[in-house]
Amino acid sequence: MSPRMTKGAESVRTVLKGGTVVDSRGERKADVAIENGVIVEVGASLRGDQETDAEGCVVAPGFVDLHAHLREPGKEEAETIETGSRAGAKGGYTALVAMPNTDPAQDSVAVVDFVREQGKRAGLVDVVPSGCITLGRKGEALAPMAELAAAGVRIFTDDGNGVQDDLLMRRAMEYGKGLGVTLAQHCEVSSLTKGAVMNECQCCTSLGLPGWPSIAEELMVFRDIELARLTGARVHFLHLSTERSVELVRAAKADGLHVTAEVTPHHLSLDETRLTTFDTVFKVNPPLRSLRDIAALREGVRDGTIDALATDHAPHPRRDKELSLDHAPPGMLGLETALGVALSVLQVDIAHLVRVMSINPARIAGIADRHGCDVQPGSPANLVVFDPNASWKVSPEQLASKSRNTPYVGMTLRGKVRHTMFDGAFTVVDGEAQR
Amino acid sequence: MKHLRSIDELGHEGLLRLLDLTNHMVEVNRRPVPKVPALRGRTVVSLFFEDSTRTRLSFETAAKRLSADTMSFSVSTSSVNKGESLRDTVETITDMGVDAFVVRHKSTGIPWQISDWTNASVVNAGDGWHQHPTQALVDCFTVREALGKNRFDDLTITIVGDVKHSRVARSNVAAFSLLGAKVVLVAPPTLLPPDVSHWPVEVSYRLDDVLGRTDILYMLRLQSERMSQGHVPNLREYAESYGLDAPRVAKLPPHAVIMHPGPMNRGVEMLIDPSSLPNSLIHRQVANGVSVRMAVLFDLLAGESSAANLVQVAS
Repeated sequence: MSPRMTKGAESVRTVLKGGTVVDSRGERKADVAIENGVIVEVGASLRGDQETDAEGCVVAPGFVDLHAHLREPGKEEAETIETGSRAGAKGGYTALVAMPNTDPAQDSVAVVDFVREQGKRAGLVDVVPSGCITLGRKGEALAPMAELAAAGVRIFTDDGNGVQDDLLMRRAMEYGKGLGVTLAQHCEVSSLTKGAVMNECQCCTSLGLPGWPSIAEELMVFRDIELARLTGARVHFLHLSTERSVELVRAAKADGLHVTAEVTPHHLSLDETRLTTFDTVFKVNPPLRSLRDIAALREGVRDGTIDALATDHAPHPRRDKELSLDHAPPGMLGLETALGVALSVLQVDIAHLVRVMSINPARIAGIADRHGCDVQPGSPANLVVFDPNASWKVSPEQLASKSRNTPYVGMTLRGKVRHTMFDGAFTVVDGEAQR
Repeated sequence: MKHLRSIDELGHEGLLRLLDLTNHMVEVNRRPVPKVPALRGRTVVSLFFEDSTRTRLSFETAAKRLSADTMSFSVSTSSVNKGESLRDTVETITDMGVDAFVVRHKSTGIPWQISDWTNASVVNAGDGWHQHPTQALVDCFTVREALGKNRFDDLTITIVGDVKHSRVARSNVAAFSLLGAKVVLVAPPTLLPPDVSHWPVEVSYRLDDVLGRTDILYMLRLQSERMSQGHVPNLREYAESYGLDAPRVAKLPPHAVIMHPGPMNRGVEMLIDPSSLPNSLIHRQVANGVSVRMAVLFDLLAGESSAANLVQVAS
């Protein structure tokens, strides 16, 4: 290390030069200086020991993903916390909420601590473990939510499964309210989706594939809105996929309920007809829907009904995706393409994009002290620098994820992450992971 | 044509070509020695992941009558049970040198996936609820033969039964429509697909309402597991509403013919001894199966040789 890099014992002053800062307060041209993991100065013509070009780029609080399947422990063949963290960093993320459908599931302090520790060991993003609502995600008995909350869990979900039992969900909300945590629901009435492969539509009619009807999602959205009204709990809706779901959430918000919602980049960009190629990469849960649903979801993002973009990053090894459509596991990669997809399909300004990719999800995840913060002196230096106009072609070989199941192979996306900074250190520079 | 996976993929011209080619194969099958050397040196492997005696025998007989070598793969004795992936199985067999896979699988789309993993031709012998194109060819050929019509423009074909779970129905709706027929689907709403508004069909929930204007009555098989899934309360109720019995036969116009892809469920959709039906084409459907599948294999594998050559070589 050169003497310049270690003034005194620690402080290296890094400056992001020439970018446009975008945060909750709007947009402004400014350089950003960082020392010791903290933003120390924002202004014109700043100098530093290390100056990094951000010309033509947006400098924003790092992205926060409310919905990442990191597969560790249990399915390290598909992804590890380290490879998933690296994929996240390449996608501009500085925090990932780790979904609980690991093996063993994240229903005990031991597993949750393990996930967090593995995240720290990788040191590329904050890995924020979610906790299960029910033991083993079986929908039968509540997980030790108070213990988990004491261990730092702020968001509870059985993702992959919806909690089917009405009484159990009511209890979870009541108990969760006492703990001040958020209940996040995977909305799927499972009796209506047995064996389902794709959206129930004209397409599934012709392909002879069992349909996943929209109402299987909407019934549970409706139930949980009403339970939220009854209990006063904070409820977050995972990966909404239908027009009617958006309408239900819009009405619930108008009623002043504590509900939030997310949508995935793939539900905003890909429609059900992708399945006509029988390519299992397009099998996902909830399924890709109609163009009408896509339009409603985009409008939901635009008008604020949908708070956050969440990837539902779901890596699967090739041999699993080479099964038949009805046997292949659902899910697709998302972390490294989310920004590009969002900028390519959403007609929103950059400030709004930063809200749905960073500020809002940080609040929902309960990590707004470290993420989604305004770019100002004193804020932790968790930052993304992206070029909103750069076009790039998705090539699976370039992905940092351990798996290759991206549905965007060969597609050209607009908007590319240039640098990502986590706790004041670059995890990505010029699109390349630093370690 | 490289593959035969669906009727849509085959298209109108392909459908007519295969039906015409089938005429030649019928002629071959009438000979004292029904065998021609057209596909000598070609290898056809049947890859059946679902039991089907008649379709499998029909394909294997067709291949042998064209002098192709045949290999047969059955799931019960294969490495699939040892955890080998379908892709590995297909690649292994491809490496042995085969020209065509004839595939039957309970999952929709498998023939398309297989065609990504091999350079051999793929014939769909039934995938899930999706397609069964050679059955549709058999049925179209049988109608042509019986009624002496090349176009079905003035025909009303009524397909009765479990359309929702039927690959035969999906292929036949496409094929009959391509030939100009008016297709009527008859089933309780629970046995219809979720949205058929884009199909060129009329839908009725009552069989008795459409019998009088039906030229061809096509009965589908009802699988007994549909009751456990709540699609129909019980078989008796289904049989009463949709089964073919003598009074219903009497409601058909005198010229109407009756078809069934087999195997039949006596006492469910077929409440009358089919051999007592005056206008049943059911045996013709079975008989034409081999000729149609010969036409398909010939079309896929004979390369430059034409049907004329076939006849020449044969005589």
